[in-house]
Amino acid sequence: MATLHTVNKSPFEKNSLERCLSTAKDGSTILFIEDGVYSAVKGTKVSSSIEAALGKHNVYALKPDVTTRGLSDNMIDGIELVDYDGFVDLAAECSKVQSWL
Amino acid sequence: MSEAIKKFMYVNRKAPYGTVYALESLEVVLIGAAFDQDVSMAFMDDGVFQLTKGQDTGDTGVKNFSPTYKALGDYDVNKLYVEKESLEERGLSLDDLMPLTYEDEDDDWNEKPSIKLVSRSELTDLMEEQDVLMNF
Repeated sequence: MATLHTVNKSPFEKNSLERCLSTAKDGSTILFIEDGVYSAVKGTKVSSSIEAALGKHNVYALKPDVTTRGLSDNMIDGIELVDYDGFVDLAAECSKVQSWL
Repeated sequence: MSEAIKKFMYVNRKAPYGTVYALESLEVVLIGAAFDQDVSMAFMDDGVFQLTKGQDTGDTGVKNFSPTYKALGDYDVNKLYVEKESLEERGLSLDDLMPLTYEDEDDDWNEKPSIKLVSRSELTDLMEEQDVLMNF
């Protein structure tokens, strides 16, 4: 079973996203939560790395954290939004969770 | 007894919600506004995210403090310097930010924008002019 990787830090402030992307195996799942959702914004200096990751991983962002920050209209295409129940489902479906703090 | 007016700049470098820095800064600015100093705010790095339009905290249940920035103009805090390079690195432009304004008492109370886009080097110069820098 695949690993669920969560990232909760801004990619502009910490290297959590970078380490996640360089470590996660192809086919694993990545979920952006809290300030990690800034990784999912279009047209940023990290968006090309996310677009590349979309071909190798299932990429999700936690919708309540996206709407809280006013980012709903600025998301990279192909990132799926999940609510808290969806977060639980992902954690249950995956064999383990790696939290990139 | 009148004291000399000092130039205070509040430097904001953190995204809202993930940490408490942004909210704390805003509260300190509003408290400080009572002391009749020359106050400005700078937004750089992830601090620019504090000013984005359309923040809606209904689903997370945290306090949405973004409307409070709209009150700053009424407290004579009307110099909000936003660093252009930080916006661009984050895929944002001025249109993505809340339209914050103040009424200019020296110009027949005309409504004017509080947000001023500045380059990194312009911001350096502005910081150099200050008497006090407060960092959040």
